[in-house]
Amino acid sequence: MTDKRMTEDEVVAELRSGMTIGIGGWGSRRKPMSLVRALCRSDLQDLTIVSYGGPDVGLLLAAGKVEHLVYGFVSLDSIPLEPHFRAARESGAVTVSEWDEGMLQWGLYAAASRLSFLPLRSGLGSDVPAVNPDLKTVTSPYADGTEYLAVPALNLDAALVHLNRADASGNGQYLGPDAYFDDLFCGAAERAYVSCERIVPTAELTAAAPVQSLLVRRSDVRGVVEAPKGAHFTTCEPDYGRDEAFQREYAQAAADDESWAAFADRYLSGDEAAYQAAVADRTLEAAR
Amino acid sequence: MSVQEGVRPEVDAATVSRAEICIAACADAWRGDGEILASPMLTVPTIAARTARATFEPDLLLSDGESRLYTGTWAIGETPPADRIEGYVPFRRIFDILWSGKRHVMMSPSQVDRFGNANISALGEFAKPTRQLLGVRGAPGNTVNHPTSYWVPRHSARVFVERVDMVAGVGYDRAAAVGGDVARDLDIRRVVTNLAVLDFGGPDHTARLVSVHPGVTVDEVVGATGFALDVPADVPESRLPTAEELRIIREVVDPRGLRDKEVRA
Repeated sequence: MTDKRMTEDEVVAELRSGMTIGIGGWGSRRKPMSLVRALCRSDLQDLTIVSYGGPDVGLLLAAGKVEHLVYGFVSLDSIPLEPHFRAARESGAVTVSEWDEGMLQWGLYAAASRLSFLPLRSGLGSDVPAVNPDLKTVTSPYADGTEYLAVPALNLDAALVHLNRADASGNGQYLGPDAYFDDLFCGAAERAYVSCERIVPTAELTAAAPVQSLLVRRSDVRGVVEAPKGAHFTTCEPDYGRDEAFQREYAQAAADDESWAAFADRYLSGDEAAYQAAVADRTLEAAR
Repeated sequence: MSVQEGVRPEVDAATVSRAEICIAACADAWRGDGEILASPMLTVPTIAARTARATFEPDLLLSDGESRLYTGTWAIGETPPADRIEGYVPFRRIFDILWSGKRHVMMSPSQVDRFGNANISALGEFAKPTRQLLGVRGAPGNTVNHPTSYWVPRHSARVFVERVDMVAGVGYDRAAAVGGDVARDLDIRRVVTNLAVLDFGGPDHTARLVSVHPGVTVDEVVGATGFALDVPADVPESRLPTAEELRIIREVVDPRGLRDKEVRA
């Protein structure tokens, strides 16, 4: 089996400005944050981001990387509104496709299944079609003649997801409460990259967890990144929960340019190792 | 035996808080629903759904808001023991359930109009909102697939408006315009607020005043509503919780009194 191990920066080197990139996880849960941080450090621009959004979207907006956003929501869960997202929307800094949450799943599933669209009831009657004029409806060819929303495929140039474990060839495993839609993001993408807490020998994957926890197949994966604490500050259960204190600091810092500059200087000015070291320092300080 | 069987202990109205009235009114939203998933958002609806299941609606399914269904009754903020898990409902399966129709959600919109259109997305012009809210989230799909109710902790003319800025949850006029399955299945059961209970039983499925909470006048409700509310000649008071409901609320589900943080009065 091909060894697909890479670093975050090697993943980002395979991406290009203007690409459509899907990001796995949900809100502030199991987000591939080390890959997002690497994207923020890069010179990539004008990205279209598809996400059940959380601080992944917030950081990319703050770094000026996003031209267009496709989402059902952008939230930090324990803090309902993502502050950078809110600021970007209220200043008109980003164009958006705001969809029903189920539409996003359907768009990813259509792309993963090589369909141009999938029919769905959700969205009809709401203002979602009005604010997304590119959306069209389709009429059932059967006797019922029902009209559905034709949710277009969300074809991704790349997908980034974070899992608990993977082997070196890209078989990915989740051990937490929910797979979210990470397998669909990978299936919908030309190139999928999996970061994980630990890369383990293949045999170890099913030694400690049921076979159903194997979520992503290596045939859908181009690169694997070992990224301990790679989802920080979002949840990565059972390895660790959300760093709520850090998330609060993040959200408070986003309130104005000056405090955000200080936050970025402290945590985001170096590489991933520097980030993790700064977070460890902060935790030590808080314990004193 | 000094107490006759079947006779309920009296509830002293003076000891019942406004939040507890609201919880009983929210619980009634799920009355008669049977074996479906009850999905409350915010504190009062969460207490209400658990109270409904613990008393008059025992077949409801309830999740921890994460990915598990649990039997029994547990406190706000508490995780029930693992031996009470009865099902696995990650987000993808929540979509399966909501598309199947076997769910009744209670959401908290920032704006509602007289046809039940609801906004949780953004205030102002959508392209550049004056205030970004949550996004439409699951509201478009929820409303056209299964029963939906709303909880409004602060009844005001800023919430109950003539036109919502962005239709996230679909109302009756919009559903009628689509027709078909959407018009057939749209079911906005009730809107519970800190002042009153509304439904959409007015002319052409418009908002109607169902009851006012004890201590609230009809005029207060009408004055705090930014559209013409259908007001029947005789508007009853919202019911009191039963003694058993109060016991569940106070001793089992919300011993810390979080309900009073969401509803002051």
